[in-house]
Amino acid sequence: MKIEKVPGKNNKNKVFLYALSTCAWCKMTKQYLKDNDVEFEYADVDLCSEKELDKVKKDILSKGGSLSYPVIIVNDRILINGFRKDKIKETLGI
Amino acid sequence: MTTLEKVRQRAESDAKTYGYYLNPDAKFLQDLLEGLKKNEERFGYPACPCRLASGKLEIDRDIICPCDYRDPDVAEFGACYCALYVRKDVFEGKIPVQPVQERRPLEKQTRSYAVSPVTPVEKKTEPGTTVAKQPSEIKKKLWYCRQCGYVVFREDSPYICPICKAKREMFAEIALRIDEIG
Repeated sequence: MKIEKVPGKNNKNKVFLYALSTCAWCKMTKQYLKDNDVEFEYADVDLCSEKELDKVKKDILSKGGSLSYPVIIVNDRILINGFRKDKIKETLGI
Repeated sequence: MTTLEKVRQRAESDAKTYGYYLNPDAKFLQDLLEGLKKNEERFGYPACPCRLASGKLEIDRDIICPCDYRDPDVAEFGACYCALYVRKDVFEGKIPVQPVQERRPLEKQTRSYAVSPVTPVEKKTEPGTTVAKQPSEIKKKLWYCRQCGYVVFREDSPYICPICKAKREMFAEIALRIDEIG
């Protein structure tokens, strides 16, 4: 799985994003994090291999999320489904 | 090869036909159309840009744009799942475009994540995991709208009849029976 790292000054939280390369909501989420100088990593799930997809599915479902992108995982425990700005803002303290 | 303009025209024409509008945010719309174009190029059909498609037509049929879920989503939330199609009040900016909760059943979503069995030996099933159906296992049925008679051959009946707008409850399965005479 190709994981891209986006550097940012706000790096107090570990932010990981499962996204789709074609998804407009995912694109907005990436931009929102960049605009707020949040450091994060992301993987475009639609570009993963089938084996990796199974891992992605298990990871998201085990954290209580749904398979609806973007999936934002903060500090390995808080999962946010969808570009819900208020929730992201609150969780990341931005 | 499809062009962005073709993808846009198709969406515009479909919106007009069904009384919808396209996303009013030019950048948002552009991203959605580009996503649709990319999916059409890699799969051969414009699967929803905001959902994980499998690349197998039988599995992705319900998420080919306009997807099966558009009509009920626009009616209930003002926008479809990816927000390509919106309702008039959303288009006019009276209501903001919000993320829509996924209506597609989990059982169908997980089909895109199935590891295709290479050999029977590799097909291990861990306890608690559901093995997604392979395309050949997806059973299509004949459904008809009891209100207008529209007939469709698909896995599930539509949420809303595309002809007379009757709700899903109006659909019934057509049971085929072959009688031998004589």
